[in-house]
Amino acid sequence: MSVSVQEADFDTGAEIAALSLGHTEVGAVATFVGLVRSDGQDAGVQAMTLEHYPGMTEKALEDIVADARHRWHIDGVRVIHRFGRLEPGDRIVFVGVASAHRGEAFAACEFIMDYLKTRAPFWKCEETPQGARWVDARESDDTAAVRWDDIDMRR
Amino acid sequence: MTIKVLYFAALRDALGRSEESLALPPGVSTIGDLQAFLADRGERWKAIEGGKSVRAARNQRMASSSEPVSPGDEIAFFPPVTGG
Repeated sequence: MSVSVQEADFDTGAEIAALSLGHTEVGAVATFVGLVRSDGQDAGVQAMTLEHYPGMTEKALEDIVADARHRWHIDGVRVIHRFGRLEPGDRIVFVGVASAHRGEAFAACEFIMDYLKTRAPFWKCEETPQGARWVDARESDDTAAVRWDDIDMRR
Repeated sequence: MTIKVLYFAALRDALGRSEESLALPPGVSTIGDLQAFLADRGERWKAIEGGKSVRAARNQRMASSSEPVSPGDEIAFFPPVTGG
């Protein structure tokens, strides 16, 4: 199973190891781990609650993985995204890509994160001393995702 | 035509509703039509026509306002996503 949406934490080391286990054609594993920051949009974020759209979330992530597989030669992909209440320092998201060479692994990993940021239906609500506040989407995330539209790495 | 409509995150909070089953009158045939129909419910519902600040999905895939609505569809409205 390459995509998981779950409340539970994940074991980064075990996930990385699993990406190449038994696959000696893999020469590179690139990973990204996203964490809850304490500063958020302002100072003083005590926790956040991640809401998602059950059903659509899994489809959206699977579509993104399929798109990455279409663009690059990838041997393995793992995407885990948590939901529920998380505190600063907690892991939110894991993306790991195994490939023969680093170029494709790095690119596919970054692509999956950029697309996830604009296409996977998650919403963050921050707890601050002033009360709960929904996080606004950032224009820079759209820009990061759009730049892949003109790039086709696969030859 | 009857459809299911879902609302998420800040939009759900603004509308005070998370889901409903809706019988649509004739003439409401696209997601954009549905937004206009819902916005007519009153002041609070104007938020559903928020332009770029409201996104839609049809049957759990991102959809544009011109996409048609069919009987039995699950249509969702929500703010731009902020995961990752």
